[in-house]
Amino acid sequence: MSRKTIALVIVLVVACVLPFVVSNYHTFQLTLVLVYAIALLGLNILTGYNGQISLGHGAFYALGAYCAAILMDKANAPYWATVPAAGGVCLVAGFLFGLPALRLEGLYLALATFALGVAMPQLLKYHALEKWTGGVQGIVINKPDAPFGIPLNADQWLYFFTLAIMLVMFFLAWNLLRGRIGRALVAIRDQHIAAEAMGIHNALYKSLAFGVSAMYTGVAGALGAIAVQFVAPDSFNIFLSIVFLVGIVIGGLASIPGALYGALFIQFVPNIADEISKAAPWAIFGVFMIVFVYLMPTGVAGAVRLITARRKP
Amino acid sequence: MDALLHQVLAGLATGGIYASLALALVMIYQATHLVNFAQGELAMFTTYIAWSLINAGMPYWAAFFLTVAIAFVLGVVIERVVIRPVERAPVLAVVVVFIALLLIFNSVTGWIYTYTIKQFPSPFPEQPILGRYLSSHEAGAIGVTLVVLALLYAFFRFTPLGLAMRAAAQNPESSRLVGIRVGWMLALGWGLAAAIGSVAGMMVAPIVYLDPNMMGGVLLYAFAAALVGGIDNPWGAVAGGFLVGVLENVLGAFVIGNELKLSVALVIIVGVLLVKPSGFFGRVQVTRV
Repeated sequence: MSRKTIALVIVLVVACVLPFVVSNYHTFQLTLVLVYAIALLGLNILTGYNGQISLGHGAFYALGAYCAAILMDKANAPYWATVPAAGGVCLVAGFLFGLPALRLEGLYLALATFALGVAMPQLLKYHALEKWTGGVQGIVINKPDAPFGIPLNADQWLYFFTLAIMLVMFFLAWNLLRGRIGRALVAIRDQHIAAEAMGIHNALYKSLAFGVSAMYTGVAGALGAIAVQFVAPDSFNIFLSIVFLVGIVIGGLASIPGALYGALFIQFVPNIADEISKAAPWAIFGVFMIVFVYLMPTGVAGAVRLITARRKP
Repeated sequence: MDALLHQVLAGLATGGIYASLALALVMIYQATHLVNFAQGELAMFTTYIAWSLINAGMPYWAAFFLTVAIAFVLGVVIERVVIRPVERAPVLAVVVVFIALLLIFNSVTGWIYTYTIKQFPSPFPEQPILGRYLSSHEAGAIGVTLVVLALLYAFFRFTPLGLAMRAAAQNPESSRLVGIRVGWMLALGWGLAAAIGSVAGMMVAPIVYLDPNMMGGVLLYAFAAALVGGIDNPWGAVAGGFLVGVLENVLGAFVIGNELKLSVALVIIVGVLLVKPSGFFGRVQVTRV
C-alpha cells in the first residue's frame, strides 16, 4: 500500500470514530465541516481548476438549502431525497448562469457573481415567493432520526449520512478531475486559446464546470439546511460567498484535499476567534487571506504536498 | 406625475452618491485595470472617522476636509503596502486581496465602533427647496458630486501632475522613460479614489445611517453605474451614476417594489456586461490574440 492510501485509511478511521468520542454539539460542528468541504470542492472545481472566479457561490448554497427545506416542508419529501433534488436544481441553475458568464472573464465574472451574492437575500425575501420560502421568517425543518433502528442518535446519524455523501462526491470529483475533463478544465484556465486550438470546446466545458460546481454547492446547501434544521434569507448573505472563497484560498486552490482543510479552517477558526470579539473572525479571515496570497499561494494543501515530498526517501 | 417627479429628483440625489463612488472605481480601473471590491468599505471606514471627528467637537466642514485628507493618505498607504506586491499577480490573487481588505475594514470598523446604527449629520439646512420635491441634503449631495467632478476634471486637464497620472495610466513604459514615477502615480490614483469614496460615504451616511454594512448596496449600484457608463470613462461613470439612481428609485417606487431594489443592480450589471461590455461611453477593448 502506498503512503497515500495509508493516510487516507487513517483519516477515514478517525472520521468514523470521532462522533462516538466527542459531544453531540461537536458532532454537529463536524457535520458542518463535511458540508462545507463539499461546497468548497464545488467552488474549487470552478475557481481553482477552471479559473472562473465566483464571489456568489453562497447563492447556489442558498438555492440548494431552500430546495431541501421547501421539499421537506411543503411536499413532505423524505430528507434523503431532497439532496439529489437540490443537486439537480442547482446543476441546471448553475449551467444557465454559466451561459452568460461565458462572455465574462476574470474580473467581470467576479463582479457579476458578487452582484448575485449581494442580491440573493432580497430575492429570497420576495413576497411573491413567500408562500414557499416563508419570507423573512424562513423555514424550520425537523432533524431526521436514524432509520432501521440503528443505535445512533440524530446528530451521529446525520454525521454519517453527510460523510457518506461527501465521500461519494469527493470520489466523483477525483474521477472527473484526473481524466480528460479535468485536464481540459485546467487547460482552459491556463491558456484558453491554446486549449481551443487543441479541440477543447471552451464554451461547453466552462458552462459545464459552472453547472457541476453549482451542483456540489447545492448538495452542500441541502445537507447544511438539514443539519442546521433552519433556513432564512439573511444567513445566505454575501459573507457566506466570501467565506467559501476564504476556504478555498486557505485550503488550497485546485486541490481536492484542500477543500477539507479549508472547511476545517472556516468552521473552527471563527469559534476560537469569537472569544476575542464578534468582529474578530472576519478580521482574521482577511489577514489570513492576504498572508496566504503573499506567502502560500498553494494553501495548506500545497504546504502538505511540500512536506510529504521532502520526507520521501 | 408629482410622485414621479419626486422619485426622479430623489433618484438624482442618490445617483450623485453612486456617481462619486463609481468615479472612485473608475479612477483605480483606469490606472490598474482592476475593480476595487473594497472601495465601499474604505468609504464606510473613512465616514466613521468623520463621525469621530464631528463627535469630538470639530465643525462639520473642518471634519469633512480632514477626513478627505486622511482618506487620501490611507489610499496611498494601502496601495504601497498591500496592493503593490500583487501588482503582477493573476486576477484571482488580486480579487482575493480586495476581498480580504473588504473583510478587514468591515470587521475592524465593527470592532472599534460596534454594529449599532448611528446618526450622521448633514451639513445642509433642514428646509426643503424646489417646493417639496427635493430636500436640501439631496440637492447638496448633487451639488457636491458636481463640484468633485469639476475639481477632478480641472486636476487632470490643467495640472502637470494630472497629465503625468493620465500618461502613467495610458502607457506605463513610455511614461517611465520620460521620467514619470509610475508606481507613485498608481498610489496617487488610489489616494484620490479613497478621497472621492470618503465624500460619497459622508454624503450617503445621513440617508442610510451609519453602520458597518451601509456601503454593501451602494457599492453594487456604483458597480452598475461604472459599467453602464463604461468602466474606463469618468464622465460615463457619472452619467451612469445618475441614471442608475433614477432607475433604482423609479422602478423601486412604481414597478417592482422596494424589496427587490438590489436585484435592479444585479440585472443592470449582468445585462450591461452581456449586451454592451464597454458600456455606453467606454472604449471597446480589442485584444490581440
